[in-house]
Amino acid sequence: MNGSALINANPVVHERKERVTRREVHDSSAEPIDALEVFDHVRDIKDPEHPYSLEQLKVVTEEAITVDDKKSHVMVVFTPTVQHCSMATVIGLCIRVQLMRCLPPRFKIDIKVAPGSHASETAVNKQLNDKERIAAALENPNLSELVEDCLAPASY
Amino acid sequence: MGVDEMEMDVVQELEGHSDRVWSVAWRPGSGTSGRPAMLASCSGDKTVRVWQYNSSRDPFLPHWSCVAVLDGMHQRTIRSCEWSPDGRFLATASFDGTIAIWENVAGDFECVASLEGHENEVKSVTWNCSGTLLATCGRDKSVWIWELQPGNEFECISVLHGHSQDVKMVLWHPCEDVLVSASYDNSIKVWIEDKDTEDWVCAQTLSDSWGHTSTVWTVSFDASGHRLVSCSDDLTLKIWDSRNNLRSEGNLWKHLCTVSGYHDRTIFSVHWSKASGLIATGAGDDCIRIFSEEFNEESTLGGDPTYKMILKKERAHTTDVNCVRWHPQEASLLASAGDDGVVKIWKVASEILH
Repeated sequence: MNGSALINANPVVHERKERVTRREVHDSSAEPIDALEVFDHVRDIKDPEHPYSLEQLKVVTEEAITVDDKKSHVMVVFTPTVQHCSMATVIGLCIRVQLMRCLPPRFKIDIKVAPGSHASETAVNKQLNDKERIAAALENPNLSELVEDCLAPASY
Repeated sequence: MGVDEMEMDVVQELEGHSDRVWSVAWRPGSGTSGRPAMLASCSGDKTVRVWQYNSSRDPFLPHWSCVAVLDGMHQRTIRSCEWSPDGRFLATASFDGTIAIWENVAGDFECVASLEGHENEVKSVTWNCSGTLLATCGRDKSVWIWELQPGNEFECISVLHGHSQDVKMVLWHPCEDVLVSASYDNSIKVWIEDKDTEDWVCAQTLSDSWGHTSTVWTVSFDASGHRLVSCSDDLTLKIWDSRNNLRSEGNLWKHLCTVSGYHDRTIFSVHWSKASGLIATGAGDDCIRIFSEEFNEESTLGGDPTYKMILKKERAHTTDVNCVRWHPQEASLLASAGDDGVVKIWKVASEILH
């Protein structure tokens, strides 16, 4: 992305889902992690180019998150706002970093773009699931700054 | 055919790295002819740790201890480390785009050279069998060959282009100057020196209908160098066979078999034991698996082998297993490295070793 040319100049902004205050349980570690909990971790991530959350842009939804707590597996399928969105890998990277920080280390995380939602679907998926490239990307100061920016608590 | 948890035990867990451990390397000749057994490990914490076996019988001392920490040279993750065949040098490849050469002088490790040239992350480094050539590869899609000159100088003698993506690993043949590279482009390439022009050329690309369908992470030769095993993000191992002259061009390597159905997540590492012939894998499902070669006695076709899993160690690490390496001589010893920052030394039961 260069200058002010936005990848998606006019995104559709959706209502945010009502927050569910979850009942506190005495032994929270015994409570299995579910899709809503994972959604809560990623819904407020900021879009790399708009002052909206991934939830508001319908990039992530609770329905597109699959969790198998017993098998320690999480799959997040996200939908880039446009077919040629060059920000798709950055968004996926943000989701992965956020989940790596929030979920117990036993979890295996797979991140994918929704089938048919991106012109370079296979390439984007491959990159987002190559942990060596993820590690290298996060050591890149510009990219990691961008990621931190998107993950910072926002006031929108 | 026991797939029994008891058949492989941890000798010791080596803790000290503060980030994921990417790879481990046994020092050649270590544990033999008076040389203490030595292992190097490299990590996202930008250091290499050298571990040594303590042969004293003092029961209060741990068997393995860290005898050196190599730091201050690399600004980013150290992805790979490899000893020269004589055990004198250790080469380290880093995401900072450089390769460092460390010389072991009476137990002190001193950085004697830093090789620059790759555009960005260097992913792997390997020494040829005579210790005269070094090969490196990285995200810039290239493979570099360096020649050791007098005075610890390394001169780049060839930059090889051919892969269309990130090159994950380079490995020299155990007894010939034949180089193999594995890539994110799903292919494996075999490189040889053209004797007439002295140029290094790609002799073969293993990527036909029998090839891997996703990233090839690691390759490993058997003791003879006539077989090669590769592991991939496509959840398979492939065995490649070469009975022809390795130095000539043409289709030297052919696909022998594909080992599938055993791994649930990416296979990051495979290593063929020179001592026992067993194949170990380390994968993204935290498991270490061991495979053995079996010949079907009733086969009338001259007996192409098959490869069967004989052991699966669940939860070998608490996270992904990034590297498995058999000890070069001591058939029962295996080292592994994980995202959990731990290096483990394993002892495999003698029944497994035949």
